[in-house]
Amino acid sequence: MTSVPLSARPARECKPLFGWLFALAVVAVIGVYIRAIYFTPLEALQGAAQKIFYLHLPAWLAAYIGVGITALMSIVYLWLHDERADRLAEASAEVALIFLTVGLTTGPLWGHAIWGTWWAWWDLRLTLTLFLWFVVAAYLILRGAAEDPAMRARYSAVLGILGALLIPFIHLSVYFSDARLHPMPVVLKPSAPSLPPEMLTTLLLAFGAFTLLCFALIRARYLLGERRDALAELEMERDL
Amino acid sequence: MTEARLPGTFETAWLVARKDLAIEFRTRTAFLSALVFSVLALCIFYFTWDESIVTAADRAPGVLWVVLAFSSLLGLQRSFGVEEQDRGIDALLVSPISRESIYLGKAIGNLIFLAAIQVVVIPALALFYNLRLGQPMAIVSGIVLLAVIGIVAVGTLFSAMAVNTRMAELLLPLLSLPFFVPILMDAAQATTRVLAGRPVSESWPWLKLLIAFDLVFVVACTLAFPFTLEE
Repeated sequence: MTSVPLSARPARECKPLFGWLFALAVVAVIGVYIRAIYFTPLEALQGAAQKIFYLHLPAWLAAYIGVGITALMSIVYLWLHDERADRLAEASAEVALIFLTVGLTTGPLWGHAIWGTWWAWWDLRLTLTLFLWFVVAAYLILRGAAEDPAMRARYSAVLGILGALLIPFIHLSVYFSDARLHPMPVVLKPSAPSLPPEMLTTLLLAFGAFTLLCFALIRARYLLGERRDALAELEMERDL
Repeated sequence: MTEARLPGTFETAWLVARKDLAIEFRTRTAFLSALVFSVLALCIFYFTWDESIVTAADRAPGVLWVVLAFSSLLGLQRSFGVEEQDRGIDALLVSPISRESIYLGKAIGNLIFLAAIQVVVIPALALFYNLRLGQPMAIVSGIVLLAVIGIVAVGTLFSAMAVNTRMAELLLPLLSLPFFVPILMDAAQATTRVLAGRPVSESWPWLKLLIAFDLVFVVACTLAFPFTLEE
């Protein structure tokens, strides 16, 4: 086989990283915040501090979507050894870390206003998510430290699955220490949601907008991973 | 012609563990350094609180678990580090034993290594922090054993992974410590109650969780280990 010089090959078609999905997500997020700030009533007891929930709760949702996809794709990778699953797991973990960070920063801001303290170790969800942040960070650092792509994929898949097993243990360990500071559920509970309808609509719209944003970012990061791998392949060919 | 009987998983695991312990027994470097580190840390922690504010007996459980978590990393680091020199791991991989028994052997070796350190550290803790010997200390030793099983289960796996990466020494604590968190939370809660003279039944929820952790992660890590080796 005669090798074609790299410069003579037709350029590969590249999808733009931030396509229509990202544009849609940005428009949706802006729309939700205009509604949350100007067209949603103030909460009687918490005042303006309550508005942070339109950022805090959707960020958690997006983070858990990301973490869930990473755990799922880790299993798929060990099963099928498909590099696309590995790439998707990586993209989701990175996006999850961003949303976890948003959640962990907005939480204390609200906590300081309402609980009167920035941080509460005995609070179940707060502690759990902090350690989830550490596991996701370790996952990404491990990926950066492993040189061989196949090894990196296997190692991170193993960590992804073990991380998923770890979560219930941290959850129960904090649960047994029994004091709980987090507000009780207002939307997902057996009886009807106890939130006024305007607030509920805003919150649900925010969930929708952040889900879109989460998927748009994962897609962009996935496409970036695809390009990175293609580039590595070309560089290897050149060096041979 | 009689066919040679292949030894079972646990028999070969014991051979691997014995090999590791023999290396350790002849060199003694990791054991002595982990031991001195632990006792040194016990002494340092004594001076980081004011005796008139928190009494020694009150901080003993916390000190025990912090020292145990960090000293165990020293032993775990060595577990696969020793195979990396001269590619000893390749010899293990070509030998006719299952991947699972390599993991179990390594884990048993680490378990004995860490338990041997605690045999010195627990009496030293009792000595430096003025704890009463007797039944509470015996129960604490049992809790330590349960915790060490969990630590070794995840630590051995991560040691195998970390050794093949660029920053092995830094990566092992980064990977392991989040997994030590539930172990340390449960064990510290139980130890505090036992040392305060409360009945064991009060610590039972945490001990059950600790046992569940051990079971889940010994099984999960044994199954995951073959994926961490080169194919």
